Amino acid sequence: MSKRIVKLMQGNEACVAGALAAGMKFFAGYPITPSTEIAEGSAEKLPEVGGKFIQMEDEIAGIAAAIGGSIAGFKSMTATSGPGFSLKQENIGYAALAEIPLVIVNVMRGGPSTGLPTSPGQGDVMQAMWGTHGDHPVIAISPQSVTEMYYETVRAFNLAEKYRTPVILMPDEVVGHMRERIEIPNADELEIFDRLKPVEGEDYIPYGVREGDLVPRMAGFGEGYRYHITGLFHDDMGFPTNSTVKAGVKINRLMAKITDNLEDLISYDEYLMDDAEIMIVAYGSTARTAKNAINKLRAEGIKVGMLRPITIWPYPVEATLARAKQVNKVLVVEHNLGQLMLEVERVVKSEAELHFLGRADGDVFVPSDIVKKVKEVL
Amino acid sequence: MKNSELVSKYMRDSRLPHIWCPGCGHGIIMHSIIRAIENLGLDKDKVTIVSGIGCSSRAPGYMDFNTLHTTHGRALAFATGIKLAKPDMKVIVISGDGDASAIGGNHLIHAARRNIGITTIVFNNNIYGMTGGQYSPTTPHGDFGTTAPYGNIDRPFDIANLAAAAGATYAARTTAFHATQMTNYIQKAIAHEGFSLVEAISVCPTYYGRKNKKGSAVAMMNFLKESFVDVKAAERMTPEQLQGKFLMGEFKHNTQLPEYSAEYQKIVDRLRKE
Ligand SMILES: Cc1ncc(C[n+]2csc(CCOP(=O)(O)OP(=O)(O)O)c2C)c(N)n1
Ligand code: SF4
Ligand SMILES: [Mg+2]
Repeated sequence: MSKRIVKLMQGNEACVAGALAAGMKFFAGYPITPSTEIAEGSAEKLPEVGGKFIQMEDEIAGIAAAIGGSIAGFKSMTATSGPGFSLKQENIGYAALAEIPLVIVNVMRGGPSTGLPTSPGQGDVMQAMWGTHGDHPVIAISPQSVTEMYYETVRAFNLAEKYRTPVILMPDEVVGHMRERIEIPNADELEIFDRLKPVEGEDYIPYGVREGDLVPRMAGFGEGYRYHITGLFHDDMGFPTNSTVKAGVKINRLMAKITDNLEDLISYDEYLMDDAEIMIVAYGSTARTAKNAINKLRAEGIKVGMLRPITIWPYPVEATLARAKQVNKVLVVEHNLGQLMLEVERVVKSEAELHFLGRADGDVFVPSDIVKKVKEVL
Repeated sequence: MKNSELVSKYMRDSRLPHIWCPGCGHGIIMHSIIRAIENLGLDKDKVTIVSGIGCSSRAPGYMDFNTLHTTHGRALAFATGIKLAKPDMKVIVISGDGDASAIGGNHLIHAARRNIGITTIVFNNNIYGMTGGQYSPTTPHGDFGTTAPYGNIDRPFDIANLAAAAGATYAARTTAFHATQMTNYIQKAIAHEGFSLVEAISVCPTYYGRKNKKGSAVAMMNFLKESFVDVKAAERMTPEQLQGKFLMGEFKHNTQLPEYSAEYQKIVDRLRKE
């Protein structure tokens, strides 16, 4: 094995590096703080590897072009932040229903509307789940460090390709802009998944799956299979249908891509949970502050640990429930006024006493905020 | 090629009959597109047809190519991704007047500005057909729609000239009545390297016609015949003769400007050599 390259890198740069390692060949987007470095890095690097970059006229066009690139056979990504994430919602639903692999990065900033453009936040967690209309599958991931940004971008591409669905990568601004040491893995250390192509010689049924399978094989436009893609409910051949039976089969299969693969999709991390009596649930940069607070509290003999969802949707229900049964108290800390908290509450029910610490003023938590809150709820 | 042969070669006949109303002009335009493709001898696998949402945007579903029915107004943005990823692909966008110039107006002017090699055929029936007859950006001033019950106070877009002004290097307008000319323009547009647009005036007897007392589909076609004059012929006409007339013809044809996806490919090729 050749030696890994060690670098000082920004989170958004690591996202581009991870995307390229995963095989990204197409990026379309529109600049917005704090995600812009992802567009800039893609603009520089993509043509070097035979890929394409385009700055579109708005975020709607950015995701639309990225979906087009994916349909033409390129692994595709778009990146944005709050206001742009709102604009992309309709086409996220399109990609989910038409089953187009795509990575959408939303570097979360503060507030609704233009809000606090240069401040961090974690206020788009529920939007990632419910932002586009109708029931639809969602995969959303929130990394906490530059290294994780790299690996989770690779994973986002792999999941998008494997399940033919949009995957939302949701670092907060702190993770997007922080600079840290990162060891770049060698190409042979990474497992890269490419969408499955039609089997040669077999009749191609664009949305047909074999018994027991959930993900149809995907032909790129121009590869000799002429077929139809639509955002209307469609039959196995891809053509619009008003059949409630076919619509039911389709939506159930889409949702089953998530519900039948929870183990493959869910990733989380635990810190000092084995003897914990209090569990903090936090993700992204907030989890790093929480870790620091936990070390301080532990030094005082307070048995506190953390469960950190890396995949936030689908939420790690089983893991949370198991730990909720063990601890007396659960404290959710997030950079919003209580979003993932609602999911934790749904899961924990009466298994433990639930507490919440949040803020949405653009300022970050410091460890002493969390130390203080834990002592309050003790 | 006979019509029946054209249908079996280019249409997904299992998808027929189509959803359009009797007398709708959209079928004539779809026919012109496949005839133009036949005349050009294109390989069906190398043609992608992209549409937005509307009655017009249902056309690709019936056509045997790589076909993509997208979201309302966004066809050109999806098509841009496909063209950039696959510059050898002939990419054709089918859009309605609302789809192309209201919700999709921004994408239209930017695709034109880039001169990206996409051919856009706007099926302009001066109304929102699919949603039941609301006024569109091309509904004439004073006409009626379900959302203009007292007469439309908006002023309409001239889509062909809007595209030309935004940078399209081929822009023409013709009507469903002038089917042969339409095929000819669409053929030229598809053969054109840069961004091309054909504004194809359609008729919607069901909503526009009924709301505006335009009579039967035949009467509406006769109206197209009588009220559209070629730009060249118009040069020799007096203002009195031009009263109540609309212009059709080729408004722009410039083969000198570079096409966008080819320009990008040059960057890729240069970097890969270095
Ligand atoms: C985002 C969004 N807004 C509104 C609609 C509703 N809608 C569907 S088609 C249409 C208008 C279509 O008119 P046009 O593009 O002129 O096509 P036509 O039906 O006349 O051929 C509208 C408003 C939609 N589908 N999506
Ligand atoms: S509503 Fe109008 S545009 Fe739509 S199919 Fe009927 S006639 Fe054509
Ligand atoms: Mg219309």
